[in-house]
Amino acid sequence: MARVEEIIDSYGCERHHLIAIMQDVQAEFKYLSPQVLELIAQKLDIGVAKVYSVATFYENFSLEAKGKYIIKVCDGTACHVRKSQPIYNAIREYLELEEKQKTSADGLFTLETVACLGACGLAPVVTVNDQVHSKMSPELAIELLDDLRKEEAAHDRD
Amino acid sequence: MAKGIMYIDGQRVPFDGEPNVLSVIRKAGIELPTFCYYSDLSVYGACRMCVVEDERGKIETSCSMKPRDGLSIRTNTARLLQHRRMILELLLASHNCSCTTCEKSGDCRLQELSMRFGVRRVRFRDSREESTLDDSSPAVVRDPSKCILCGDCVRMCEETIGMGIIDFARRGYNMRVSPAFGRKLSETHCISCGQCAAVCPTGAITVYNQIGKAWRAIHDPQKRVVVQIAPAVRVAVGEAFGLPAGQNVLDQLVTALKFMGVDEVYDTTFGADFTTIEESQEFLARLEKGGPFPMFTSCCPAWIKYLENENPKYLKNISTCKSPMEMFASIIRKHYQEKDAEDGRTTFHIAIMPCTAKKMEAARPQFYHNGKPDVDVVLTTLEIINMIKESGIQLPQMELESPDLPFGLGSGAAVIYGSSGGVAEAVVRYCLPDKSKNTLRELQYSALRGNESIREATVQVGEREIKLAVVHGLINAQKLLKEIDEGTAYYDLVEVMTCPNGCVGGAGQPYGLKQKKQDRAAGLYAADRAAPFKRAEKNPVVRDFLKNYTDEERHELLHVSYTD
Amino acid sequence: MTATKLTREQLKVRQMKAKRALEAQHRQVLICAGTGCIAGGSLNIYDRLKEACEKLGVQVQVSLLHEDGEVESPSKGKELHLKKSGCHGFCEMGPLLQIEPDGILYTHVQVEDCEEIIEKTLVKGEVIQRLLYQLDGVTYAKHEDIPFYHKQHRIVLENCGTTDAEDIDEYLAKDGYSAFEKALFEMTDEAICKEISDSGLRGRGGGGFPAGRKWESVRTQPKGKKYVVCNGDEGDPGAFMDRSIMEGNPHSIIEGMLIAGVAAGSDEGYIYVRAEYPLAVSRLKTAIAKAEELGLLGDHILGTDFSFHLHVNRGAGAFVCGEGSALTASIEGKRGMPRVKPPRTVEKGLWARPTVLNNVETFSNVPLIIRNGAQWYRSIGTEKSPGTKAFALTGNVVNTGLIEVPMGTTLREVIFDIGGGIKDGKKFKAVQIGGPSGGCLTEEHLDMPMDFDSLKKVGAMIGSGGLVVMDEDTCMVEVARFFMNFTQNESCGKCVPCREGTRRMLEILTRIVNNEGSLEDLDLLETLACTISETALCGLGQSACKPVQSTLKYFRNEYLAHVVDKHCPHCNGRKKELQIDPELCKGCGKCMKQCPMDAISGQIRMPHVIDTEKCIKCGACWGCCPFGAIREE
Repeated sequence: MARVEEIIDSYGCERHHLIAIMQDVQAEFKYLSPQVLELIAQKLDIGVAKVYSVATFYENFSLEAKGKYIIKVCDGTACHVRKSQPIYNAIREYLELEEKQKTSADGLFTLETVACLGACGLAPVVTVNDQVHSKMSPELAIELLDDLRKEEAAHDRD
Repeated sequence: MAKGIMYIDGQRVPFDGEPNVLSVIRKAGIELPTFCYYSDLSVYGACRMCVVEDERGKIETSCSMKPRDGLSIRTNTARLLQHRRMILELLLASHNCSCTTCEKSGDCRLQELSMRFGVRRVRFRDSREESTLDDSSPAVVRDPSKCILCGDCVRMCEETIGMGIIDFARRGYNMRVSPAFGRKLSETHCISCGQCAAVCPTGAITVYNQIGKAWRAIHDPQKRVVVQIAPAVRVAVGEAFGLPAGQNVLDQLVTALKFMGVDEVYDTTFGADFTTIEESQEFLARLEKGGPFPMFTSCCPAWIKYLENENPKYLKNISTCKSPMEMFASIIRKHYQEKDAEDGRTTFHIAIMPCTAKKMEAARPQFYHNGKPDVDVVLTTLEIINMIKESGIQLPQMELESPDLPFGLGSGAAVIYGSSGGVAEAVVRYCLPDKSKNTLRELQYSALRGNESIREATVQVGEREIKLAVVHGLINAQKLLKEIDEGTAYYDLVEVMTCPNGCVGGAGQPYGLKQKKQDRAAGLYAADRAAPFKRAEKNPVVRDFLKNYTDEERHELLHVSYTD
Repeated sequence: MTATKLTREQLKVRQMKAKRALEAQHRQVLICAGTGCIAGGSLNIYDRLKEACEKLGVQVQVSLLHEDGEVESPSKGKELHLKKSGCHGFCEMGPLLQIEPDGILYTHVQVEDCEEIIEKTLVKGEVIQRLLYQLDGVTYAKHEDIPFYHKQHRIVLENCGTTDAEDIDEYLAKDGYSAFEKALFEMTDEAICKEISDSGLRGRGGGGFPAGRKWESVRTQPKGKKYVVCNGDEGDPGAFMDRSIMEGNPHSIIEGMLIAGVAAGSDEGYIYVRAEYPLAVSRLKTAIAKAEELGLLGDHILGTDFSFHLHVNRGAGAFVCGEGSALTASIEGKRGMPRVKPPRTVEKGLWARPTVLNNVETFSNVPLIIRNGAQWYRSIGTEKSPGTKAFALTGNVVNTGLIEVPMGTTLREVIFDIGGGIKDGKKFKAVQIGGPSGGCLTEEHLDMPMDFDSLKKVGAMIGSGGLVVMDEDTCMVEVARFFMNFTQNESCGKCVPCREGTRRMLEILTRIVNNEGSLEDLDLLETLACTISETALCGLGQSACKPVQSTLKYFRNEYLAHVVDKHCPHCNGRKKELQIDPELCKGCGKCMKQCPMDAISGQIRMPHVIDTEKCIKCGACWGCCPFGAIREE
């Protein structure tokens, strides 16, 4: 929380920086907890409903804790035309995600779709923590996640 | 301010300072439909019902259009009607259409307009997400399944009340009106003013209904049902029966209540006279002691709740007087104690109020004695209207009957409590050393009366020039507090009413815009003029009671502390 | 050491020094560092090249001038200049590496190729054949010969791909900031507005509103705080022109905004960039910091009374923020919901102050116009739509990427000459222009000039410039559904027609795509589209139905295939298995007759069975069964 306060202070507690503040906080903590939003509301002297309202308007803000790796499958036109949906489905299946679930049970992966990343020439693309992987296929995507899982497992053993 | 001639559906219509084309159209006698246009709030432009067509066939909303000389528009072309019908159909498709059992049935704008535009079929599938009813608030009930997202409540809560308790969450088809984190209202800092319900065009936010509880008491022979009626109620209740706003129907209401089975009907003005005296004496004492200033009036429970939740450092400035309703309630509690013991019945106290926050106030622990609230049920004007209608009573045809004695008598100063500035004026009338008729008449023209949201006045009390402020609409009180905080403003006495125009604009009153609220206030000032005595201390019954109370009793019955 | 703030004369000196330094450069290697190529690993290639050069004793320089504005080192004429350039536009072929002055363009470069490039090309001057671009058996060594570039007319994108985007001196070397200098010292605010008006520059963000008129409106507003806002919230799926400019030529935007600041009397500006463009944000921030260092931004610019402060705001993921009033609301830290107009943005924009709001490409054009004059600008493009337009060419086309062509270029030239035609030798069917707010164009429009007005006439719009090419195998109903899904997701939810209407249209379209729609659905679709387009609050809502309306107009038979035949030849039929419910089947035999695959068998008046091995899920049986006995499993 001290760090959150620092971030807010760095913007001079000005209301119009609300979005930038939430972006910075999320960049560090991966999501915005109710406590964080309440603190922001209090320090910027705005209603907490307003802060919640802004946070839920924008796609990029997450009010739920996310996995260590955030996987985004681009569903822009170019990627869609080049079959991004099967990739998304394959990953869902691989992560054993239920209906509205976005984060895998082990807390490692969060799967999202994203509106055009602008890397259309490389379609279909998948990003893992904002690193772009181009010309993906369902198989390549699973391979990628498998590698990450193995890496994590190796880490845990160390 | 723009002036000129417009052509509406080919007819010449002059305009003069109207804020938008919609107002000009309505002035011309065409009731263009709207959901999200509420003239006392900012223009939102979301429901798109008020669309009009210009000469080039361009369609625009009239709420956001500025009147222009020579402007020519059509309001009812085939395209416009088709669009309105489609918008209604779209709204109905996502709306919980259990109309017959809805609290708002018969008074719902969506229902009314769907009927008006002949929408008889909805061609879309019902694909609403399940939502839960929030009945956690003592004042209002939120049913998100009936919300059409017009945002009136959001703007009201933010722009007029300054609380921002509810706001839009999420976006697009998933957009909802909700407190932060989807919490229940009881988990927020909501002050129960109920203005959100007052502007809601559908049944999405309604006043917490306690009619059943009232009927049960009335029908229970073991209960002695005692009713008090607040000033603002008498000038609004008639509206539901075709009478103009501001017409005082207190005496018909008394008869109606008797028909319904109520035992005793009293007037809250009686309590208000106590309040004026106590508050004035407290104020004079503060003048002697030197503070704390400003002294804030304590009649408005939503205002007190606001200070508790958001600005507790000013709680010490609040007058220690209970509100008129609660003063009255303790007097009645004491008065009927012996009688209850005698005849074995229990007194059941119903307060008819223009206000939803009074429901919250009645439930406060400060006003509980022996495990029982001093006021058992608070009914709003709207609820009493429903009960009268349920009984089949034609209010305008009722014989006139005065409220019962001894608690049926109040001063003119007490009647004007229902309008913004009334409490302050009552206190000034008490405090002024010169009580001549002329002085009183002069007060009429002071800033104590009026529609401005923040008004200032000065009066001379002895050596001292007293600075007063009268504020209505809680956001204005917040502004004032900020100025006081910053040291840019100083006042000795500040009257605060949360609702716009004071209690006449309370959320328990029938739906109404600014003009209606002002008409109601005018009705109260007329009642004051007709009153046999104008000042609280002239009330003979009140004087008698005060004489008989010991200091201790007086303190226990009439004062309260919100800080412990 | 911090550079001192420049005066007008010092700026000119620095421009000259930079120009000389650039001319003196013996050899430049430009590695594309646009988002596309970075994703392909171009930064690793840069590092490896630098490393390898050092190992091989080739001197490497990375910036044009020293921080103090002096020439890096006495030029020996031998060293190699290694640069990270902006996007070349030819993302399909990335990572790209260009060698100047030879003009060699290497495609699909890998880290492993670095040593070879140095040894062969840079040291010995040999061209590596396998890294060159090939098309139809022809190998193209030089950048400008490649058909993809040949027909283009790059003025806004000129510097993208040829300069180091992070080096302000490279921009100065190419006459950067001289237009601003001219505007500031030699032109009145009125004259600037007039010049822009005369040039006929129209907003590149969508509607094509004359930029000069907009500036003039803000200029003539009463004095006081005014803002200049740059819309970099390029949200159309499949469009990335603005991103490339922000990444590859950020100073041109800053310069354009500065000129707007002088013209409109504003001292503060904001660039609003989509959250999905982190590289653009960092390039812009670097560029702003550099410009501030040199005194081109900040107080008392170039020693005058003119001050201008520029901020970068990151979007947070809301397409609707591309709409002007939603964008300003977002800068103010609010929900990005459009508001009703009037008042217009030029009267009450950001913080209710008069605001010049243009998009990235528009601002990028401004320095060119001021420098070269309105007449020069008018010589490009068409009379009503002068200048060029950048397009993002994607979809089923051979060459995808970023292109810039004069306004009025035909679709045929774009798709077949620049784009190299349809992929895999398929037939052209349609092109979606202007993203989810645009419409589709078909064969009959191939020779129509693309400019603001011609496109508007046929129910499409340039929008921000996305061009998605679709081949004969594409189901246009599915395309319409895709775009409707997009707008529906991105609707802010404020006004009823857009919030509720797009949702319902999506429902209907989904039903139709799944062969479950009816003819009544088509009518409903059209009525809904009419209400939404005529009553929605903002441009996003009003144009949300364009893809549906234009596909209904040009490809109605495909809708009918879904609705009446219950079978679309493009959609691989139904995706789910079909089965006959024995309880409901009366054994009438209709389905058996309809089935093109003889997959249904059964005796009359006995329940029939579908052989799932033979079934192609065309749905013919489903459409003809009078008892509704055929079910999807």
